[in-house]
Amino acid sequence: MRVVLILAAVLAATPALAQTPAKAPPAPHPGAEIYQNVCQACHMANAGGGEGAGRIPALAKNGALAAATYPILVVTGGKGAMPWFRGSLTDTQIADVINYVRSNFGNRYKDKVTAAMVAEQGIAAPRGGMGER
Amino acid sequence: MISMTQGPTRREVLRAIGMMAGTAVLYQAMEVLGHARETQFAGPPNLQGARPGTRVVVLGAGLAGMLAAYELAKAGYAVQILEYNNRPGGRNWSLYGGDTYTELGGATQKVGFAPGNYLNPGPWRIPYHHRALLHYCKAFGVALEPFIQMNQQALVHSSRAFGGKPMRYRELHADWDGNVAELLSKAIDNRGLDTVMTKEDADRLRLALRDWGALDKDFKYGRNYRSSRRRGFDRPQGGGVLGEPIPSEPHAFKDILDSGIWRIVAQHMSIDHQHAMFQPVGGMGMIGRGFAKQVEGKIRYNQKVTAISQQGGKVTVTHSDTGTGVTSTTEADYCVCTIPLSVLSQIDVDCNPAMDEAIRAVPYSNSVKVGLEFKRRFWEEDEAIYGGISFTDREIAMISYPSGRLHSDGPAVILGAYTFGPASYKFAGMTPEERIARALEQGSVFHPGRYKEEYIGGATVAWSRSPFTLGCCAMWNEDTRKQHYQTLCAVDNRLVLAGEHASYVGCWMEGAILSSLDAITRLHKRALEA
Repeated sequence: MRVVLILAAVLAATPALAQTPAKAPPAPHPGAEIYQNVCQACHMANAGGGEGAGRIPALAKNGALAAATYPILVVTGGKGAMPWFRGSLTDTQIADVINYVRSNFGNRYKDKVTAAMVAEQGIAAPRGGMGER
Repeated sequence: MISMTQGPTRREVLRAIGMMAGTAVLYQAMEVLGHARETQFAGPPNLQGARPGTRVVVLGAGLAGMLAAYELAKAGYAVQILEYNNRPGGRNWSLYGGDTYTELGGATQKVGFAPGNYLNPGPWRIPYHHRALLHYCKAFGVALEPFIQMNQQALVHSSRAFGGKPMRYRELHADWDGNVAELLSKAIDNRGLDTVMTKEDADRLRLALRDWGALDKDFKYGRNYRSSRRRGFDRPQGGGVLGEPIPSEPHAFKDILDSGIWRIVAQHMSIDHQHAMFQPVGGMGMIGRGFAKQVEGKIRYNQKVTAISQQGGKVTVTHSDTGTGVTSTTEADYCVCTIPLSVLSQIDVDCNPAMDEAIRAVPYSNSVKVGLEFKRRFWEEDEAIYGGISFTDREIAMISYPSGRLHSDGPAVILGAYTFGPASYKFAGMTPEERIARALEQGSVFHPGRYKEEYIGGATVAWSRSPFTLGCCAMWNEDTRKQHYQTLCAVDNRLVLAGEHASYVGCWMEGAILSSLDAITRLHKRALEA
């Protein structure tokens, strides 16, 4: 079952992220597609998380998201089973997806995270990189 | 082998070959020199002389846990295993017809495969050098059969080559070797290797390249009997009047470069993928079942561990029954904990702060597999593909044909997707039905007119949504290894961790086995010294 995780290509795998549809009246949130292609693999489409032998936290109605620094730290640095996404998502993508989650799924946080904030507050990707080879 | 007596160093020659011809030649050369390594196994631990009445609680009935329980019981310990699932094996697992699987998020699949068919959601192949696992398979009566990893008749699809038309691995590989051999012999003719080897050795290498690359007498790779004996003929050899074969035309080297074939060649040359490889007869889950027979009556299923205490000169494990919700405790003198770190990091573990930090420091990878059942083995009947893997640059990465029950009639299951990295997140984020539909769509590039048409049903496991692991495997890097690995493996008072996460054979069953043997050997020593 050897699996090598190559997150560095997350961006490449979601080419549509870079473009904003020209006309479609309600332009989709730039973080929505990132959420669907990455986050909902664990946190679920409704951001409800899940519980088995351990728990995947719900992002919906999540009070821990009130301080924007917290999701910046978790997404850039990882937490427990969750890998870090610094280096596989750009700072702008990280800001977008955090803003998306903080303004959807029952979360109504008004302040916005910027790429500059991610750059300043985020945790650097480990020197050792993602894998061992 | 190239003479090393004078001129360039061995490393320099290897590097020169490697640069010009890709990793394949380099690896062949290294293998001849005896530099390829295997994993560590010195035989079963043969532990003896446990103090009478000493109890060990083992957390997790995966391979690491069951083996720990087996060997410790043999040494005289009283052993109790607690397992979250309602079955043994952990990630060693096969899904059969009639099985039901509910992933996190609640999606439930009822597998409809025909009897004998299965999907291996986790491990699916065993390298010949995983000696510890092989030892216990034999010892525990788990029947093995060959797993076909490389099949020259299988297909390679690249969206960037041949207009997206899948090609035979055989043709691409032969053309790769042939072209590289021709180019390298040209480099020798042009004295391009004069600075790295003697004239004598260069001459020998040139002759070797002609054999290796199926070049003609003029050191050209072209349309002839020699090359077609590798890549296949336009009209194959036959009998009688039309028996004479017609050679085939090699592909343009540019197309071969575009195809990325060297990546697949290199994959097959990894020591983890070299023949012989094995699989259990009847599905990988047969190993878990075989191990479970050795610890019969010692496993308590449906137990979710919530706390591990080491207070009061004993281990106390708190666990709740996933069916009834009833919480109970199990006491023991020692604990072997094989719970994946993804889950263990959420459990209240009474250990030293450094180990606690180590448990929380290792994230888990993801992977998604999809099994697709078809009415018949059209890949065998129509295309002579018996086992092996067809590769694609689409998200599914590959499809693998069953190695078991070759040449039989009736429905069979193809591994229709084995995604990694970004694609695995994308797939895991879909519903099971969406994953299966996407796998069917992407895989149909290999067998148009058959794949969708003869499809019966599918099953899929997304490891990020697996209730008992919340991921696939521990993902170490150089920094975390340095900071945490030794701490994670050390016996902490009465507790020791084991599993693939406590090994350098990460994500393989062999890692779980070797980790388990090492952990219980040290725990036994600790118990005797106590």
